[in-house]
Amino acid sequence: MNPVTVENVTVAYHRKPVLQEVSFSVPEGKLIGIIGPNGAGKSTLIKAILGLVPRASGDVYIYGKPYKQQRKLVGYVPQRGSVDWDFPTNALDVVLMGRYGHIGWFKRPSKKDVEFALSCLEKVGMKEYANRQISQLSGGQQQRVFLARALAQDATVYFMDEPFVGVDAATEKAIISLLNELKAQGKTVLVVHHDLQTVKEYFDWVLLLNMRKIAIGPTEETFTMENLQKTYGGRLTFLNQQHAIINQQ
Amino acid sequence: MSYEGWILLTGSLVGISCGIVGCFLILRKMAMLADAISHTVLLGIVGAYLISNSLEGIYMLIGAAIVGILTAFFVQLLHSSGVQSDAAIGVVFTSLFAVGVILLSLFAGKVHLDTDHALMGEITFIPWDILEINGINLGPKAVWMLGAVLVFNLIIIFLFYKEIKISSFDPDMAVALGIPVLLIHYLLMGMLSLTTVASFDGVGAILVVAMLIVPGATAYLLTDKLSVMLIISAIVGVLSAFAGYFIATIFNVSISGSMAVAAGVIFAITFVFSPTHGLLSRWLARKRLQNKSA
Repeated sequence: MNPVTVENVTVAYHRKPVLQEVSFSVPEGKLIGIIGPNGAGKSTLIKAILGLVPRASGDVYIYGKPYKQQRKLVGYVPQRGSVDWDFPTNALDVVLMGRYGHIGWFKRPSKKDVEFALSCLEKVGMKEYANRQISQLSGGQQQRVFLARALAQDATVYFMDEPFVGVDAATEKAIISLLNELKAQGKTVLVVHHDLQTVKEYFDWVLLLNMRKIAIGPTEETFTMENLQKTYGGRLTFLNQQHAIINQQ
Repeated sequence: MSYEGWILLTGSLVGISCGIVGCFLILRKMAMLADAISHTVLLGIVGAYLISNSLEGIYMLIGAAIVGILTAFFVQLLHSSGVQSDAAIGVVFTSLFAVGVILLSLFAGKVHLDTDHALMGEITFIPWDILEINGINLGPKAVWMLGAVLVFNLIIIFLFYKEIKISSFDPDMAVALGIPVLLIHYLLMGMLSLTTVASFDGVGAILVVAMLIVPGATAYLLTDKLSVMLIISAIVGVLSAFAGYFIATIFNVSISGSMAVAAGVIFAITFVFSPTHGLLSRWLARKRLQNKSA
């Protein structure tokens, strides 16, 4: 069964359409890049799948059932800039939030939850920062805390919104090895990404998006000059540069 | 207990309740909503009086809670249909407050309620408004009301601590996890309304904003842990009440006004001298860096 199926999803902000009739499904155990220009609705697509923005129409299924019934199967890494890092809390506490969906009402995180959260921090190389106030972490370290929190969700499908933006080389490497580890465990990861140069290197599949779905499929077949032209429209100088890059690879 | 003792107890209960609720307002960047609700609950109080024909605390609390949550609801409604959130607060706040003021002046003759009292409070009368059951003197009504609201707030925060925490820090993640973020929002607005109206007699609508925001803002400068922030905020609230009372007796001025001034002074001192976030420590840290690199 497909981990994610999206059927005819349309999203509008104040009557202005952001996504129009997007339909696709993805296979299990792949790293999938969601690619498209600024304002193409990449983040909105993830948010619409997770129910964070209302859908004007359309349905979303996670392993064949509506998202609301499958929350525990889904992990989420929001954009780093979406929260206030001056919030009075430490890295471990943020990672523990990933457990909240499993803990249930009226209960506190157990010792087991804390141990699990610490192991997630360890996986992203942040264990020694567990008690560090989050505002004292660098951008890359903050991103790794968010990844650890998603790991703490212990999910089978992950959605990540621009995890590579503004991070240092070490963090980028850590994220890549983490993505590959998740893939090796048979998990499916959808990543909003906008650095075209690294697409071929990082992702098995790509979803090209610009308000509508342009194409989806294995990177080799789908990440082509023709599809990119359709996705990015007439930005020729830009596309010529990309053309050169693609030819180089 | 002595007259003085009751006033200090009332002030402290206001300080603790407001201090704790205020932390969440600051972290959720909703200080302006506190200002709005502290005024619109006036409509709730007047409305409750007109319907129940009594000035009993319980009716006031119900009326205030309803209008407080309505305020939050209208602000949310306007905001989600495209009005800027500060403009939405401005519109809802002034309209509902104005209705409250008009009703109050229409029925002012019959009610022991007036605009001055509602805005400034009158803590000096509190020890005389006694709760009596079967002829037994149980202490001032306001203390019972504040105590009940404080216990209610603490129970809510204890039960929903992690839900309130995550929906304040990362509402998107909270929604994705299936936490009813909107419900938590209205729960907090309900707590805010109850706290405001219970504090009304003591400090009034304008100064309650000071007691809501200043202790929390002070605590924010002193710790990096949410639970500690709540405790420090409550302590600052109590300190403000005590310091305010003594300032007021020395200079023979308004007690509630002095409490707000005391809170402001504590904040100012913290702002400069806080060991982690203070102006002085940050300046020293910068100096040290400069010396190192020089």
